[in-house]
Amino acid sequence: MADVNRGNRPLSPHLTIYRPQLTSMTSIFVRLTGNALLVAMLMIVWWFVAAAAGPEAFATADGFVRSWFGDLVLFLSTWAIWYHMFGGIRHLIWDQGYMLDVEKSETAGLIMIIVSVLMTIFTAIVL
Amino acid sequence: MGFMTDRKRAVGNGSAKSGTMAHWRMTLSSVGLLILIPLFIFTFGAILGHPFEEVVAYYTRPVPAAIAALTIAVGFMHFLGGVQILIEDYVQGLTRKALIVAMTCLSYGAAGLGVFAVLRIAL
Repeated sequence: MADVNRGNRPLSPHLTIYRPQLTSMTSIFVRLTGNALLVAMLMIVWWFVAAAAGPEAFATADGFVRSWFGDLVLFLSTWAIWYHMFGGIRHLIWDQGYMLDVEKSETAGLIMIIVSVLMTIFTAIVL
Repeated sequence: MGFMTDRKRAVGNGSAKSGTMAHWRMTLSSVGLLILIPLFIFTFGAILGHPFEEVVAYYTRPVPAAIAALTIAVGFMHFLGGVQILIEDYVQGLTRKALIVAMTCLSYGAAGLGVFAVLRIAL
Protein backbone atom coordinates (compact mmCIF):
# COMPACT_ATOMS: atom_id res chain seq x y z
CA MET A 1 0.00 0.00 0.00
CA ALA A 2 0.98 3.62 -0.48
CA ASP A 3 1.73 4.29 3.18
CA VAL A 4 3.70 1.19 3.96
CA ASN A 5 7.28 1.97 4.97
CA ARG A 6 7.07 5.57 3.78
CA GLY A 7 10.40 7.37 3.89
CA ASN A 8 12.42 4.35 4.88
CA ARG A 9 12.72 2.54 1.58
CA PRO A 10 16.00 1.50 -0.02
CA LEU A 11 17.54 4.17 -2.25
CA SER A 12 18.48 3.41 -5.81
CA PRO A 13 22.22 3.26 -6.49
CA HIS A 14 23.54 6.80 -6.38
CA LEU A 15 26.35 8.75 -8.09
CA THR A 16 29.09 7.29 -5.90
CA ILE A 17 28.05 3.74 -6.73
CA TYR A 18 27.88 4.03 -10.51
CA ARG A 19 30.92 3.53 -12.72
CA PRO A 20 31.62 6.97 -14.25
CA GLN A 21 30.07 7.15 -17.71
CA LEU A 22 30.88 9.58 -20.51
CA THR A 23 27.26 10.76 -20.59
CA SER A 24 27.01 11.45 -16.85
CA MET A 25 30.46 13.01 -16.57
CA THR A 26 29.96 15.36 -19.54
CA SER A 27 26.59 16.37 -18.05
CA ILE A 28 28.06 17.02 -14.58
CA PHE A 29 30.80 19.14 -16.15
CA VAL A 30 28.23 21.25 -18.04
CA ARG A 31 26.67 22.19 -14.69
CA LEU A 32 30.07 22.68 -13.04
CA THR A 33 31.47 24.92 -15.79
CA GLY A 34 28.26 26.96 -16.01
CA ASN A 35 28.26 27.79 -12.32
CA ALA A 36 32.03 28.25 -12.05
CA LEU A 37 31.87 30.89 -14.79
CA LEU A 38 30.42 33.22 -12.12
CA VAL A 39 33.98 33.91 -10.90
CA ALA A 40 35.19 35.14 -14.30
CA MET A 41 32.01 37.13 -14.94
CA LEU A 42 32.27 38.95 -11.58
CA MET A 43 35.91 39.72 -12.40
CA ILE A 44 34.93 41.11 -15.80
CA VAL A 45 32.12 43.23 -14.30
CA TRP A 46 34.64 44.62 -11.78
CA TRP A 47 36.96 45.44 -14.71
CA PHE A 48 34.19 47.37 -16.51
CA VAL A 49 33.07 49.20 -13.36
CA ALA A 50 36.69 50.19 -12.70
CA ALA A 51 37.10 51.40 -16.29
CA ALA A 52 33.99 53.55 -15.82
CA ALA A 53 35.28 54.87 -12.48
CA GLY A 54 38.64 56.18 -13.66
CA PRO A 55 42.33 55.45 -14.35
CA GLU A 56 43.35 54.59 -10.75
CA ALA A 57 40.49 52.13 -10.18
CA PHE A 58 41.14 50.65 -13.62
CA ALA A 59 44.83 50.12 -12.82
CA THR A 60 43.90 48.09 -9.72
CA ALA A 61 41.26 45.94 -11.47
CA ASP A 62 43.29 45.53 -14.66
CA GLY A 63 46.34 44.57 -12.58
CA PHE A 64 44.32 41.87 -10.83
CA VAL A 65 42.68 40.53 -14.01
CA ARG A 66 46.08 40.32 -15.74
CA SER A 67 47.96 38.88 -12.74
CA TRP A 68 48.93 35.18 -12.81
CA PHE A 69 45.79 34.40 -10.80
CA GLY A 70 43.45 36.42 -13.03
CA ASP A 71 45.14 34.96 -16.08
CA LEU A 72 44.63 31.41 -14.77
CA VAL A 73 40.94 32.12 -14.03
CA LEU A 74 40.43 33.57 -17.51
CA PHE A 75 42.25 30.70 -19.22
CA LEU A 76 40.24 28.03 -17.36
CA SER A 77 37.07 30.04 -17.95
CA THR A 78 37.82 30.15 -21.67
CA TRP A 79 37.72 26.36 -21.71
CA ALA A 80 34.68 26.38 -19.38
CA ILE A 81 32.67 28.74 -21.60
CA TRP A 82 33.45 26.82 -24.82
CA TYR A 83 32.67 23.49 -23.14
CA HIS A 84 29.46 24.85 -21.59
CA MET A 85 28.43 26.30 -24.95
CA PHE A 86 28.87 23.00 -26.79
CA GLY A 87 27.06 21.27 -23.91
CA GLY A 88 24.25 23.77 -24.39
CA ILE A 89 24.10 23.01 -28.12
CA ARG A 90 23.79 19.31 -27.24
CA HIS A 91 20.87 20.20 -24.94
CA LEU A 92 19.18 22.20 -27.69
CA ILE A 93 19.52 19.21 -30.03
CA TRP A 94 18.21 16.84 -27.33
CA ASP A 95 15.25 19.17 -26.69
CA GLN A 96 14.22 18.76 -30.33
CA GLY A 97 14.22 15.00 -29.84
CA TYR A 98 17.40 14.13 -31.75
CA MET A 99 20.51 12.17 -30.67
CA LEU A 100 18.83 10.86 -27.53
CA ASP A 101 20.27 7.32 -27.68
CA VAL A 102 23.37 6.46 -25.66
CA GLU A 103 25.68 5.96 -28.63
CA LYS A 104 24.97 9.35 -30.22
CA SER A 105 25.01 11.11 -26.82
CA GLU A 106 28.47 9.67 -26.16
CA THR A 107 29.67 10.74 -29.61
CA ALA A 108 28.35 14.26 -28.92
CA GLY A 109 30.11 14.19 -25.52
CA LEU A 110 33.42 13.27 -27.16
CA ILE A 111 32.96 16.05 -29.72
CA MET A 112 32.24 18.53 -26.88
CA ILE A 113 35.49 17.61 -25.12
CA ILE A 114 37.67 17.68 -28.24
CA VAL A 115 36.19 20.82 -29.81
CA SER A 116 36.20 22.77 -26.51
CA VAL A 117 39.92 22.00 -26.03
CA LEU A 118 40.68 22.97 -29.64
CA MET A 119 38.67 26.21 -29.32
CA THR A 120 40.50 27.04 -26.06
CA ILE A 121 43.89 26.59 -27.75
CA PHE A 122 42.66 28.64 -30.74
CA THR A 123 41.38 31.43 -28.46
CA ALA A 124 44.61 31.48 -26.44
CA ILE A 125 46.70 31.73 -29.63
CA VAL A 126 44.54 34.41 -31.31
CA LEU A 127 44.18 36.64 -28.25
CA MET B 1 -4.23 8.19 6.97
CA GLY B 2 -3.79 4.50 6.31
CA PHE B 3 -5.98 4.73 3.24
CA MET B 4 -4.30 7.76 1.67
CA THR B 5 -2.82 6.94 -1.69
CA ASP B 6 -0.23 8.89 -3.64
CA ARG B 7 -2.90 9.89 -6.15
CA LYS B 8 -5.27 11.24 -3.46
CA ARG B 9 -2.39 13.17 -1.93
CA ALA B 10 -1.69 14.87 -5.25
CA VAL B 11 -5.27 15.65 -6.33
CA GLY B 12 -6.22 19.31 -6.00
CA ASN B 13 -2.71 20.57 -5.53
CA GLY B 14 -2.31 21.48 -9.19
CA SER B 15 1.02 21.77 -10.94
CA ALA B 16 3.73 24.29 -10.10
CA LYS B 17 2.97 25.75 -13.54
CA SER B 18 6.10 27.86 -13.80
CA GLY B 19 8.41 24.96 -14.71
CA THR B 20 7.81 25.11 -18.45
CA MET B 21 8.46 28.84 -18.47
CA ALA B 22 11.71 28.38 -16.52
CA HIS B 23 12.89 25.86 -19.11
CA TRP B 24 11.83 28.07 -22.03
CA ARG B 25 13.66 31.07 -20.52
CA MET B 26 16.86 29.01 -20.30
CA THR B 27 16.39 27.90 -23.92
CA LEU B 28 15.88 31.49 -25.09
CA SER B 29 18.83 32.92 -23.16
CA SER B 30 21.07 30.02 -24.27
CA VAL B 31 20.37 30.76 -27.95
CA GLY B 32 21.04 34.45 -27.28
CA LEU B 33 24.34 33.61 -25.61
CA LEU B 34 25.25 31.29 -28.48
CA ILE B 35 25.49 34.47 -30.58
CA LEU B 36 26.81 36.84 -27.90
CA ILE B 37 29.52 34.73 -26.23
CA PRO B 38 31.82 34.22 -29.26
CA LEU B 39 31.43 37.92 -30.11
CA PHE B 40 32.24 38.89 -26.52
CA ILE B 41 35.25 36.56 -26.23
CA PHE B 42 36.90 38.05 -29.29
CA THR B 43 36.00 41.73 -28.65
CA PHE B 44 36.78 41.74 -24.92
CA GLY B 45 39.81 39.52 -25.46
CA ALA B 46 41.13 41.88 -28.15
CA ILE B 47 41.14 44.94 -25.87
CA LEU B 48 42.14 43.27 -22.58
CA GLY B 49 45.75 44.17 -21.82
CA HIS B 50 45.60 47.58 -23.50
CA PRO B 51 46.07 50.84 -21.50
CA PHE B 52 43.16 52.73 -19.92
CA GLU B 53 42.73 55.34 -22.69
CA GLU B 54 42.52 52.68 -25.42
CA VAL B 55 40.03 50.57 -23.42
CA VAL B 56 37.77 53.59 -22.87
CA ALA B 57 38.05 54.62 -26.54
CA TYR B 58 37.25 51.06 -27.65
CA TYR B 59 34.09 50.88 -25.54
CA THR B 60 32.79 54.24 -26.74
CA ARG B 61 32.24 52.40 -30.05
CA PRO B 62 28.62 51.18 -30.20
CA VAL B 63 29.16 47.59 -31.36
CA PRO B 64 31.70 46.42 -28.74
CA ALA B 65 29.73 48.28 -26.04
CA ALA B 66 26.43 46.68 -27.07
CA ILE B 67 28.03 43.21 -27.17
CA ALA B 68 29.49 43.69 -23.66
CA ALA B 69 26.26 45.11 -22.16
CA LEU B 70 24.05 42.41 -23.69
CA THR B 71 26.45 39.59 -22.74
CA ILE B 72 26.55 40.78 -19.11
CA ALA B 73 22.74 41.18 -18.94
CA VAL B 74 21.73 37.94 -20.70
CA GLY B 75 24.65 36.04 -19.13
CA PHE B 76 23.63 36.83 -15.56
CA MET B 77 19.96 36.03 -16.24
CA HIS B 78 21.04 32.66 -17.69
CA PHE B 79 23.31 32.11 -14.68
CA LEU B 80 20.44 32.88 -12.30
CA GLY B 81 18.22 30.28 -13.98
CA GLY B 82 20.98 27.68 -13.82
CA VAL B 83 22.14 28.32 -10.27
CA GLN B 84 18.53 28.24 -9.03
CA ILE B 85 18.10 24.71 -10.42
CA LEU B 86 21.44 23.75 -8.83
CA ILE B 87 20.29 25.06 -5.43
CA GLU B 88 16.89 23.37 -5.72
CA ASP B 89 18.60 20.07 -6.54
CA TYR B 90 20.91 19.96 -3.54
CA VAL B 91 19.62 22.27 -0.78
CA GLN B 92 16.34 22.26 1.14
CA GLY B 93 14.25 24.44 3.44
CA LEU B 94 15.33 27.86 4.62
CA THR B 95 18.88 27.47 3.30
CA ARG B 96 17.42 26.90 -0.17
CA LYS B 97 15.34 30.10 0.01
CA ALA B 98 18.22 32.12 1.45
CA LEU B 99 20.61 30.93 -1.26
CA ILE B 100 18.11 31.68 -4.04
CA VAL B 101 17.53 35.18 -2.61
CA ALA B 102 21.30 35.75 -2.33
CA MET B 103 21.98 34.53 -5.88
CA THR B 104 19.10 36.62 -7.26
CA CYS B 105 20.50 39.73 -5.56
CA LEU B 106 24.00 38.92 -6.80
CA SER B 107 22.86 38.27 -10.40
CA TYR B 108 20.71 41.39 -10.75
CA GLY B 109 23.31 43.43 -8.85
CA ALA B 110 26.21 42.34 -11.05
CA ALA B 111 24.15 42.65 -14.23
CA GLY B 112 22.93 46.15 -13.31
CA LEU B 113 26.39 47.30 -12.26
CA GLY B 114 28.03 45.85 -15.37
CA VAL B 115 25.52 47.28 -17.84
CA PHE B 116 25.63 50.67 -16.11
CA ALA B 117 29.44 50.70 -16.24
CA VAL B 118 29.51 49.84 -19.97
CA LEU B 119 26.92 52.55 -20.73
CA ARG B 120 28.86 55.05 -18.60
CA ILE B 121 31.99 54.41 -20.68
CA ALA B 122 30.07 54.36 -23.97
CA LEU B 123 28.09 57.57 -23.50
